[in-house]
Amino acid sequence: MSAKIEKLSHELNKSLFEFAEFDEREAERGGYSNYSYWRSTLMVFSQNRIAKFCLYLVIVLLTFTIIQPLLPNQKSPTEITIDEKTGMQLRNHEPDSQFWFGTNSIGQDLWARIWSGTRTSLLIGILVGVWEAIIGIVIGALWGYVRSLDRIITEIYNVLDNIPNTIILVLLTYILRPSIPTLIFAMCMTGWLSMARFVRNQIIIIRDREYNLASRCLGTPISRIISRNLLPYLVSVIMLRMALAIPGAIGSEVFLTYIGLGLPINIPSLGNLINEGRGVMMVASLRYQLIFPALVLSLITISFYVIGNAFADAADPRNHV
Amino acid sequence: MVQYVLKRLFQSILTLIVVITIVFLLMRLMPEEGYFGTNYEKLDQAQREAILQSMGLRDPLNVQIKNFYSQLLKGDLGKSIIYRPKVEISSILKTKIPYSLKFGLAALTMSLLLGIPLGITMALNKNRIWDKLGTGYIVFISAVPAAVYYLFLQIYVTSILKLPILFNLDKPLSWILPAVSMSLGGIASYAMWMRRYMVDELNKDYVKLARAKGLRNSRIMINHVLRNAFVPMIQYLPSAILYTIAGSIYIESLYSIPGMGGLLVDAIQRQDNTLVQALVLIYSSIGIFGLFLGDILMAILDPRIKLKRGGSR
Repeated sequence: MSAKIEKLSHELNKSLFEFAEFDEREAERGGYSNYSYWRSTLMVFSQNRIAKFCLYLVIVLLTFTIIQPLLPNQKSPTEITIDEKTGMQLRNHEPDSQFWFGTNSIGQDLWARIWSGTRTSLLIGILVGVWEAIIGIVIGALWGYVRSLDRIITEIYNVLDNIPNTIILVLLTYILRPSIPTLIFAMCMTGWLSMARFVRNQIIIIRDREYNLASRCLGTPISRIISRNLLPYLVSVIMLRMALAIPGAIGSEVFLTYIGLGLPINIPSLGNLINEGRGVMMVASLRYQLIFPALVLSLITISFYVIGNAFADAADPRNHV
Repeated sequence: MVQYVLKRLFQSILTLIVVITIVFLLMRLMPEEGYFGTNYEKLDQAQREAILQSMGLRDPLNVQIKNFYSQLLKGDLGKSIIYRPKVEISSILKTKIPYSLKFGLAALTMSLLLGIPLGITMALNKNRIWDKLGTGYIVFISAVPAAVYYLFLQIYVTSILKLPILFNLDKPLSWILPAVSMSLGGIASYAMWMRRYMVDELNKDYVKLARAKGLRNSRIMINHVLRNAFVPMIQYLPSAILYTIAGSIYIESLYSIPGMGGLLVDAIQRQDNTLVQALVLIYSSIGIFGLFLGDILMAILDPRIKLKRGGSR
């Protein structure tokens, strides 16, 4: 309305009172978007500068952890350095030009150990996170939607949930010697439950909405209802959970190492490194042994978290271009 | 509704029995060396057999199960066999539970009182300063494993604020830091979910209609938005309250609090079967009934959710 109205009784602007005809093309333009769903998601995501920064950070970290052993002048993470002057192990050496992050209490180079540990922890975290997501969504969707399965799976869930994970982990660690595959297997066995429950709760909330009733009346098969009606509505919330799953898996690994069920100490991992640092944290000069692994761990987990959140926000159709 | 509640109750008890039996069997899969700790080599075969016999581990399985359940039905949780030999489990728990309970409830209350208003503020001031600060806090607390930031809190806060490092009954100041540390995660979690659900609700059409109709903003918030946003969160509240007795294993070991935190892990590693079974019984009951109560609360609050027969397929 570009005409300015001084007084209502002054010239009535005729154009204000013309009938608005129905124009089909105008009507489409209101809800029309030039981009497909995922393209819109990508565009919204790239507008978020912090998330983009974290994404680059993760890519840089990932690439660095992979190429780090190939760089010149890197020491082995398990090699114990002997100081030439005293002939003894170079323990607790402060960070300097030769050892960028210093050495730990038995003389191993902390820089190399941290990157090796990051490789291990990331591998574990990603594998467990992906597995949790796939199994959790499949079982959770069936559980929430199909009423006849609801009872049975709820019973199974209740039983599995209440068996302390620790018992299963101790047993598995005893049967298969402690190692990386054992840890991944054990964490996968116990980890998918919470994702499944979460998906089930979300589906219960929308299960009986009118559009689902309509689909059922039309005779749509269950698989299509789940994949076309329910899951797209939940994409943003599921993405949020998946984003938490990877740092969560890393956190579980720290916990397991803390209680002694994790990897053996000859395989460096972020959990092991933090525990070693914990032992010396009260001595201010040795605190670097805790700070460096904690820093790397925080950078990784925070970045994954931010990326996941930003992606979840971007996947929400309400934010789309 | 009453019928549904009774049915769920019965199912819960059944589940409990299944869980206990499975744990019972799993514990008996543990290696026999584990029962003796470092004494395994010092005792010869006959002595080892005698000890296992006294623990009741040599009886056939059905006899063991029968003994266990008949003892349980009399209300007797049994005696610990390795952790504190021959001591009644109920007395062990009686000394430990109050500590975990006090810290847990204090932390939970703080989480709710600080977290939910923070979440609401963040949702209302979306993308302004409170939202950004709050999001930064939530991201940090949620991403970094609790073990890590608890350590740094202990190192730096105790030196800056001159608080005692280890928990001590005689020093009331030593209560503060563990409880606050425990509440941080809860604050972040409640704030995050509250903000997310509220933002979802605020974008819905009925809110726009209410505004167009001219309702006061506060009325829209309280009567409509908050009520709908609370529904998904209510589910987890009963479990959270009940689980406070489980204690936090990190906090309790960091600050030397004699609570329930490390007890389960310790018992499993030392293979103290009776203690493990008693603890699993308690924790499972809490878990199962918490889930049950949460579902009921959710159904009461939101009439759109039908848990029993209704709808089709």
